[in-house]
This record gives sequence, C-alpha cells and structure tokens, in this order.
Amino acid sequence: MQYQSQAVSKYYFTAAIGLFVGQILFGLIIGLQYVIGDFLFPEIPFNVARMVHTNLLIVWLLFGFMGAAYYLIPEEAERELYSPGLAILMFWIFLVAGALTILGYLLVPYAQLAEITMNDLWPTMGREFLEMPTITKLGVVVVALAFIFNVGMTVLQGRKTVINLVMMIGLVGLAVFFLFSFYNPANIVMDKFWWWWTVHLWVEGVWELILGSILAFVLIKTTGVDREVIEKWLYIIIAMTLITGIIGTGHHYFWIGTPEYWQWWGSIFSAMEPIPFFMMTVFAFTMVNKRKREHPNKVAVLWALGTGVMAFLGAGVWGFLHTLAPVNYFTHGTQITAAHGHMAFYGAYVMVVLAIISYAMPIMRGRAANSNKAQVMEMWSFWLMTVSIVFITLFLTAAGILQTWLQRISDTPMSFMATQDQLTLFYWMREIAGVVFLIGLVLYIMSFFIDGDGESATE
Amino acid sequence: MFTKSMARNIFYGGSMFFFLLFLALTFDTMGEIPKRDNHENLTEEVARGKMLWEVNDCIGCHTLMGEGAYFAPELANVYTRFGGSTEAIKGFIKSRPAGGIPGRRSMPQFNFSDTELEEIAQFLKYVNGVNTANWPPNIMG
Repeated sequence: MQYQSQAVSKYYFTAAIGLFVGQILFGLIIGLQYVIGDFLFPEIPFNVARMVHTNLLIVWLLFGFMGAAYYLIPEEAERELYSPGLAILMFWIFLVAGALTILGYLLVPYAQLAEITMNDLWPTMGREFLEMPTITKLGVVVVALAFIFNVGMTVLQGRKTVINLVMMIGLVGLAVFFLFSFYNPANIVMDKFWWWWTVHLWVEGVWELILGSILAFVLIKTTGVDREVIEKWLYIIIAMTLITGIIGTGHHYFWIGTPEYWQWWGSIFSAMEPIPFFMMTVFAFTMVNKRKREHPNKVAVLWALGTGVMAFLGAGVWGFLHTLAPVNYFTHGTQITAAHGHMAFYGAYVMVVLAIISYAMPIMRGRAANSNKAQVMEMWSFWLMTVSIVFITLFLTAAGILQTWLQRISDTPMSFMATQDQLTLFYWMREIAGVVFLIGLVLYIMSFFIDGDGESATE
Repeated sequence: MFTKSMARNIFYGGSMFFFLLFLALTFDTMGEIPKRDNHENLTEEVARGKMLWEVNDCIGCHTLMGEGAYFAPELANVYTRFGGSTEAIKGFIKSRPAGGIPGRRSMPQFNFSDTELEEIAQFLKYVNGVNTANWPPNIMG
C-alpha cells in the first residue's frame, strides 16, 4: 500500500461483503417463497424480503464503489486522502443508517415505518429499489456529498489521471441522478418517467463509468500495460456507454404512457448497449495477453476477466434479448426481466467490486497477494458463484419463455397465478442454483482466513 | 493513428450530444404525456390511493405497467380484468385471510378502512385509463 490513508477502504470492503451475505440469504428466502408460497408468511412477506434483497445489493455495491474510490483515488493522485477521518465517520453513518433501515423493514410493517419516518411530509417511499424512508435518502445524500468532497479534494490536490477523472464523473453522476428519487408526483406516468432517471441512468449510465475506472485500475496494476493504452480504451468504452445508454433509457418508455416514438429510440439505442460491454471483454483479455509482468495475484486477474465476460453476457446479451419493442411487448415484466437483472448485476457490478477487493485487500493486509492456497479457494468461489448465476439466469429465462407463452401468446391464455404453477420446476432449480451460489460465497469468505503468508511474493 | 485525445473527444462530444438529444426528447415527452396520462381522472382520492399503494409496498409483489416484482399479478389492467368493477377489487383485498393460504402465495390482510379501500380501487381505475400503447397483450396482464 503506497499511502496509509488507502486503508480506510478496508472498512468499506468488509461491510460490503457482510451485506452481500445478507443479500444472498434473503434471495434464498424469496426464491423459496416462489415455490412454497406461505414460507415465513405473514411474518416476512415476499415484498419485505425482496426489498431487503434488492436494497442490500444496492447498498453493498455502494460500499464497494466507495471502498474502491478510497483505495484507487489516493494511489492515482499520488497523495494521501484529503481526510481519512471524514471517510471513517461517513462509513459509520452509512452503515448505521443502512442497518436501521433494514431493521425497520423487518421489524415493523412497511406502512408503520412510513409513519414513523414521517413519509407524509415528503412521500418518496414504496417505489421499486427506492423503498428506503425519505430520511434515509437524505442521509445517503449527506454521505455522498461528504464522500465526493473528500475524494474530490484528493484529486484536485494531486495528480490528475484519466482513471480518477472518470471515477469522479461517475460518482458525481451517481449523486446527481439520485436526486430524482426525491421527485414523486401523483401522476403515475410522470412518476415512472422520472424514476428511471435514477434507476436507468445509474445502472446503465454513470455506474458503468465507475465500473470502467475500477477495471482499468486493476488491469494497470496487474498487467503492467502502458497507462496510455489503458486510458485510451477506457475513454472509448465509456464513450460508447453513454452514447448508447442515455437514449437507451427509452427502452423503459415503451408501455408506461409515454409517447410511442420511444419504441424506436429505445429499441435502436439499447440494441447498441452491448457494444461497450463487448469492448470491455476484449479490453480485459487484450490487456492480460499483453501483460508486461506476472502479478502474483492471479485471482484478481480472474475476477477482472470474469467481469468483462459476465457483464457482456448479462447486461449485453440478456439485455438485448428482450430490448426490442416488438419482443418486449410480450416479455415485459416477466421472469425474462428477472433473469437479465440477476446476471447483469452480478457480471457488471458484483464482479468488479470483488475484483478490486481481491486486488486491494491482500495489499492492505501487508502482502502483494494471498498464498496460493487462499487464491485457489477464492478461485473455487469465483467458479461456484459464476456458474450458479449462469444457471439461475438460464432457469429464469426458461421460466420466462414458458410464462410469456402460456400467459400472453397462447390462444387460450392462462391467468398469472395459474401460469406460475406451471413454472414450479424451474423455480426449484433456480433455488438449488442459489444454494450453490451461497456455498461459493461461504468459500469466498473462508479464503480470507486462510494463512496468507506462506509462499506469497512481495510487490 | 487513433490517439488518446481523439478517444477523449469522442467521449466528451458524444456524451454531451446524446445527453442534449435526450433532454430534447424529454422536453417533447413532457408535452405529449398529458394526451395519454388520464390526468383528467387524477383526483385527490386517486392521489391518496397512490400513497396507500406506496406505503404498503404493493410494488414489492405486483407489477404496475410491467414494472415491479414478478411474484403477483399485473395490476395496471386489473380494473378491466375484474370486469370494470371497483367493488370486485375492494372485495378481493378485503377478503385476504390474515394467516395466508397453506402452501400458497397469499396477499397479506392489510385491514384497510372502507375509505382506504375506495381510494386504492380508484387509483387502480385511474392507472387502468392510461394509454399504454396496448400493453399488456391480453387481459391476463
């Protein structure tokens, strides 16, 4: 570790992994509720468990992004973090606010949580992924501002690199587009239109900038390829991301009461959204092939390569599968969407966060890389989690195709619930794949506790 | 030779251009939405219904215009599916067993007052009236 203050990211990474475990446990609960409808009912109804599952995902990825920023920004800027104290303070505020929110979901009925947190004063709750109370949302804004100030000052006072610049644009964009979560008009069409300015412009916009800069950083460090080359790739990838992804928002504006020209804009531009992901795959493999050094941290390289491949498959291919308006007309809001969501989030965001954790954690613990034994175990976890997410996606895709057929295409369409009964087999197989994912995650955590010294090389 | 500064210019120029185009389309959309959004039926009662929809996290199980969770039926067309009857919607919500249905998915019993039930039903009726370009494909949602 070149700068002492980079160590603050250890807090963020640890919390991220802890919340990741929670996310997966609740994923298994809702997966089971799909087949055993009354599981944990009425104590933990599906909507509550799902909210915990999705919100924990978002929060732990945010912890991961912040940890990544606190690690790579000082190193790129070639100076200590502006204020490590502020970073630690914000860590605890974010963690406590996040934990209280999740406990609120679980311990009291959601309507009561809305009452306690005075949602009436400024109603923003109860919209998908943005379910957190208004007060928590305000807390997120405070944490985000303090964080951006902290890393921003570090960048301003230090060396300006493309990686830092792209990271900063991504983080500022993240904060700015979050502000749309505070706008919740009674008009359902307006509500939905602007809701996507947070949700889409995050995950198919500015988050990809954060992803790109983390990936570029890990590749520079592990391959030793010339910075000029990597930065050129980074620019062109994120250019394609925004060129396709901004108008690509239109693929959410097909059926929500918005003008029908969005069917053209959305289809054409989002059909090009796989391009930057494909370039990311080519980028990662090319850099690794052209490597100028053999970094002892093999597993970090594996995560980086995996990010490219799985982001392309999950976000790119599975996104394209149902993004054209004539297809989406039939698949919209089915298990096809769920299939895409799972592989896209895992491939793009989970894997890149695990890549930077894999690279940075050993260094923060005083070694260039973990022992061979620890790395092998982490590689097992890589394959178990990655293969099971592929199977989860395949089973949900199968379920989605069958659902679309039975409920929407067949001459004698079945009701939603009758259709669901026909999908049980696929839901069971998805649940089994989910259990394998959990085993992979357990191995991942165990790999941190395997003796790291042994044969590990020094930087 | 393709240089880094060319790549940078494509990034800034391209992003800026398409963001401005997006803003222009958004501006036009704001003008078009009132023709399709059924706002003439957006009453105070409907607005209260939307609030109830939100604070009970209905979107955590159901979809509305295809958005939400995929655990329970689509509700943007439930008014039509239930034969154009707000009474049928209210009756359904009211009759959910508190302990659930053994082995099956069940909607919780929310113990809504009659006023609240009416507000929710009116909200769903209003949503049903939005022009969604003929989505969903059929009555099943």
